[in-house]
Amino acid sequence: MGIDWLIVLIKIIFGLVWFLTLTLYLTWVERKESAVIQDRIGANRAEILGLRVLGLFQPFADAIKMIFKEDFVPSFANRFLHTLAPFLSFFFVAVTISAIPFGDKIQIAGREISLQILNANVTLLFVLAMLSLAIYGIVLGGWASRNRYTLLGGMRGAAQLISYEVALGLSLVGVIMVFPSLNLQDIVYEQGELLFGWLPKWGIFLQPLAFLIFLFAALAETKRVPFDLPEGESEIIGFFTEYSGLKWGMFMMTDFMEIIIVSCLLTTLFFGGWQVPWLGPDGFHFPWGWDWFLPRWLVVLLQVGAFNLKVFFFCWFQVLVRWTYPRFRYDQVMDFGWKLLIPLSLINIMATGIIMSVLQ
Amino acid sequence: MMKLLGYFFEIIRGSWITCRHFVVNMWFHTLKVLGIRTKRRGAVTIQYPEEKKEIAPRHRSLHRLMTREDGRPRCVVCMLCMTVCPSECIYIEAAEDSDPEIQKYPKKFIIDLSRCCFCGFCVEACPEDAIRMDTGKIDLATYSRENLIYDLNRLVG
Ligand code: SF4
Ligand code: SF4
Repeated sequence: MGIDWLIVLIKIIFGLVWFLTLTLYLTWVERKESAVIQDRIGANRAEILGLRVLGLFQPFADAIKMIFKEDFVPSFANRFLHTLAPFLSFFFVAVTISAIPFGDKIQIAGREISLQILNANVTLLFVLAMLSLAIYGIVLGGWASRNRYTLLGGMRGAAQLISYEVALGLSLVGVIMVFPSLNLQDIVYEQGELLFGWLPKWGIFLQPLAFLIFLFAALAETKRVPFDLPEGESEIIGFFTEYSGLKWGMFMMTDFMEIIIVSCLLTTLFFGGWQVPWLGPDGFHFPWGWDWFLPRWLVVLLQVGAFNLKVFFFCWFQVLVRWTYPRFRYDQVMDFGWKLLIPLSLINIMATGIIMSVLQ
Repeated sequence: MMKLLGYFFEIIRGSWITCRHFVVNMWFHTLKVLGIRTKRRGAVTIQYPEEKKEIAPRHRSLHRLMTREDGRPRCVVCMLCMTVCPSECIYIEAAEDSDPEIQKYPKKFIIDLSRCCFCGFCVEACPEDAIRMDTGKIDLATYSRENLIYDLNRLVG
């Protein structure tokens, strides 16, 4: 009993450390990638003892700056709720990491340990539920500041996130139909099989339309450009106008954490999670008949590495999207969500059902 | 429907452009890190305090007052610069000069750079070519506003 708790504790620590480190460095990636896209160099001044290493210390410099900034609460704000809001939105995104499968089960000293913190059979629903709850942080932050503009930002955020939640959920119905499970780990196991004997049975090949819908809806969920209505730098001052210092930093961290979670979900649902094509539990089995046997630890390492690689790619991709497109107008966002994505996802569910019943 | 597909095409084209910039610049950055010299650089950035861009000859930088051969300011306190200055940041006090050809010399000549907009009108207005903005000094920022008030000593410099 005690050892089980210890294992869970260690998994939580590992998961959170992975998550927060990646978040921290995603801010660096964002600055550097945007710079490279725009022919600039990007933040490279932070140095420790004359060592600059591509500005890798920049996140720490930013963190120190944020900690020591004045934490200002306007006198007209509701002090308690104003403080609570960033913690709420941070917390609900941070817990979602517990549902993401990082790798296959591993055996240590006769114990089977699943590389997923929360090994329940509703993990997909858990992630979606927690991401929806994160809206509360935004609305609360906008409302508790008692400022008209923040309230507008908060309301816009709520409207946008609720509309895209529908498309997000509906696009996943198709995925759940082809991989009949709500546990992300089981969905990944399903994707280890082969289609026609050579194509990995990844979600992207079975559900291409669902992938596109999920991608757009998930981009909207991260509430960054091109869907940055809650923040809306250019026309409205967003829901965190009245925040400063570390509380503002938590809102910003939440954005980056959402990027990572969305990348994890895209990887897990559509790109085989930790599966490497043709890699079985004992080594590679290529469709053209070659076998290449590998020790168990190397296989697990390859799989965890593959998961990380895929997540990094999607993080990179989302930053690329953020630095490429201008933002939508409010009515365009709503039209796009309600008039295009939701009908498309309904069509996708119907088509999936018909094809599945024909194939049976 | 065709319009929608057109948008979709443009979306993909847009990310293709940024992606191309990323890959090309990243390629040159990587070559630089590996120590391979290339003609093109990955970025157009000039690392300012260490590297400086050459200032164009007509660039308007910090003012200076010109002097005669004997070292006194050329200014005859005609007040043209003070009048033309849109920011009203020049203050001049005259004193009588012993030389009847000159008549007046500036006892005080103060330019408040915290208000100056570097329009260069004072230079254009001066009939004696007594004031110029060609020092090439552009890093004027200081920690206090008083430091930005330049008097005769600092302007003749
Ligand atoms: S540059 Fe323009 S603003 Fe500055 S002192 Fe001369 S006239 Fe005034
Ligand atoms: S315009 Fe020239 S001569 Fe006249 S007051 Fe100004 S600096 Fe002196």
